[in-house]
Amino acid sequence: MSAERFHTIVTTVENKPGVLARVAGLFSRRGFNIESLAVAPTDDERFSRITFTVDVESAPLEQVVNQLNKLINVVDIKELDPADSVSRELMLVTVSADSSRRGALMDLIDDWRAYVLNENDEQIMLSFSARPARLLEFEEQLRPFGITELQRTGRVALPSLGR
Amino acid sequence: MSDNQQMSGGEALVKSLEHEGVDVMFGLPGGAILPVYDPIIDSSIRHILVRHEQGAGHMAEGYAHATGRPGVCMVTSGPAAANVVTPLPDAFLESVPMVCITGQVPYAAIGTDAFQECDTTGITMAVTKHNFLVSDAQDIPRIIHEAFHIATTGRPGPVLVDIPKDIVDPVNPRSAMSWYEATDADMELPGYRPVMEGDRELIRRAAELIRDAERPVLYVGGGVLKARAADALRELAEMVQIPVVTTLMARGAFPDSHELCLGMPGMHGNYTAVTAMQQSDLLISLGARFDDRVTGKLDGFAPDAKIIHVDIDPAELGKVRQTLVGIQGDCRVVIEGIIAAMRELGGADAQVDRTAWRSTVSGWQERFPLVYEQSAPGEKLKPQYVIEELRDHNPSDTIVASGVGQHQMYTSQWWRFDHPYTFVNSGGLGTMGFSIPAAIGAKVGMPDRRVWAVDGDGCFQMTAQELVTASVENIPIKVALLNNSYLGMVRQWQEMFYDERYSEVYLQDRIPDYVKWAEAMGCEAIRVESPEEVAPAIDKANEINDRPVVVEFRTDARENVFPMVPSGKTNSELVVDPSQQDRL
Ligand SMILES: Cc1ncc(C[n+]2csc(CCOP(=O)(O)OP(=O)(O)O)c2C)c(N)n1
Ligand SMILES: [Mg+2]
Repeated sequence: MSAERFHTIVTTVENKPGVLARVAGLFSRRGFNIESLAVAPTDDERFSRITFTVDVESAPLEQVVNQLNKLINVVDIKELDPADSVSRELMLVTVSADSSRRGALMDLIDDWRAYVLNENDEQIMLSFSARPARLLEFEEQLRPFGITELQRTGRVALPSLGR
Repeated sequence: MSDNQQMSGGEALVKSLEHEGVDVMFGLPGGAILPVYDPIIDSSIRHILVRHEQGAGHMAEGYAHATGRPGVCMVTSGPAAANVVTPLPDAFLESVPMVCITGQVPYAAIGTDAFQECDTTGITMAVTKHNFLVSDAQDIPRIIHEAFHIATTGRPGPVLVDIPKDIVDPVNPRSAMSWYEATDADMELPGYRPVMEGDRELIRRAAELIRDAERPVLYVGGGVLKARAADALRELAEMVQIPVVTTLMARGAFPDSHELCLGMPGMHGNYTAVTAMQQSDLLISLGARFDDRVTGKLDGFAPDAKIIHVDIDPAELGKVRQTLVGIQGDCRVVIEGIIAAMRELGGADAQVDRTAWRSTVSGWQERFPLVYEQSAPGEKLKPQYVIEELRDHNPSDTIVASGVGQHQMYTSQWWRFDHPYTFVNSGGLGTMGFSIPAAIGAKVGMPDRRVWAVDGDGCFQMTAQELVTASVENIPIKVALLNNSYLGMVRQWQEMFYDERYSEVYLQDRIPDYVKWAEAMGCEAIRVESPEEVAPAIDKANEINDRPVVVEFRTDARENVFPMVPSGKTNSELVVDPSQQDRL
């Protein structure tokens, strides 16, 4: 296990009302810090997947996993070591883009392989998906242009494929 | 009852409870749960009408403590569900199997702030092992079966089932359902798989550590009782001749009169139990959870001890104290596994020589027994003396339910618990008012056994109304009320840690008049003020079996519980009785 502070836990939960509240309630009452959280249905409609990143300095990872396991609606838990998994996060961001700086911004978007989703004379809305750390770097690059709105999804992850 | 018979959800709910083997339930009706109370009239289940819903919950707990079967309570929505909340964390921290059924406003009205609506599943999510909000009458048999399954398997605990009115009310089409007897095959619990068997490799490793330990202690918690492992524990302890401490939750799991029994450890444990753990080189923790009331300041707890930890709940392993060998599994199954492994390793003969440890331990027992001084003539009664007399004038299988406070600690210290399931108490949540309803529940479950509640005056005033229930329902419990006119335990802390500045702990000397109050509730009542009256009053109470009896003992408020590990101190800083201070 790597010594990274943030670990990703992928849980499969029953797709029932209140399950997210149970998970969130457990984290708050046990004092575990969630760094990010993503919830979505899976390919099997009976189950959803909750992917979260926890700060293992707030609680030992084993405790987090064991306590989660006690929730009746939690069916499966996988801890993903950052070294052996692939994670991605999506960001939508609206950036100021008047005519004087529009060209520079378009170059940046091309370099970083972001996509333009929507635009008008003053602003461009774009999407960018990458490793969470790259999101931060890209955000820094955009900042000088003027960010008007920014939304991140929280990370999702899957184990790396073996060789 | 044949499958596919058409009935209402209300009937199906009562049938489901019967199908789960429920013989008694505790509750109080109201609007949302009314349709379920109608089929109760024709049911084989005995319903006990409580005077306050908190009482129903504690009765269900007392029943479960004493019988090992799940306790059941049923109340209506809103305020009633709120009233039954306290027993849920109590049962949760105590790992008591319990099923609580609450009425709810009709499904379509949920979320509209309807009359007597409250978000019961939301409120109780954090204090139950699991809870359900039923949305469809057809699911009732399955969900009730799941509720009992979850409550009674793995680490037992409370399960709440919230039932909207429309799905149980025969006038509403949504209540129509087609009956089936739910079995395990119907359950839809893909995420619930309790593990009973311990890992064989780890069990073997534990046996080796035990064999080689020079100063081992068996640290026994409530899990041993929940796993019905008292016999297995005794076999193990006798085989390896290792001393046993039983926590507040485990009193009776190992007989107090056994020569290997050291009694209760922890904040008010006796010197030997506390110190043996503290100086141990191997703690064999069985169904215990290293509660702060046992460990004292964690940094200084049993510094030289390696830890073997057996628990059915893997989240307990390593939660508080790092373990060397952590075994997930049912205590009975794992203890039997350790015994078998021990035999393979040569059994009793292969053990390290522990003569020195045994003589150290018995030296402590001789030097630091529990003590108190008998009252001088004209002084109020000593609470310890009252417990001793109760102990000596009752059969050893008497069930004792205590409240929370000094009287609880005196009960644990001075009673002799020689049988499992004879001590019913709120050791985890520490809920004042627990004893009277819990004693009632225990007596209902074990009608042939004598049941005493040992209560404090503060506790008594919180749930005494359930003595009306006991009188009306003919449940002849006996209550020893240790009346020191104070919230005694809090008074003790203020005396010791707040320079005797007593803040809001004096109740009153004359008000209420407990004898009149008890009589008004249909009980026989006796007031006892001097030592020579104690035994005759107990004997008299024991002869009365057609109604509850309350014996009020006027006890000395100046008496404090010793030994004591002050909060935040290590167990090595145990404060012994003032008369023993010079022996340290
Ligand atoms: C519901 C609840 N409220 C408050 C407390 C805090 N508390 C613990 S012991 C105690 C005093 C209990 O008084 P009493 O029943 O007279 O017992 P005594 O200590 O005098 O024997 C109090 C207030 C508690 N444990 N439970
Ligand atoms: Mg008192």
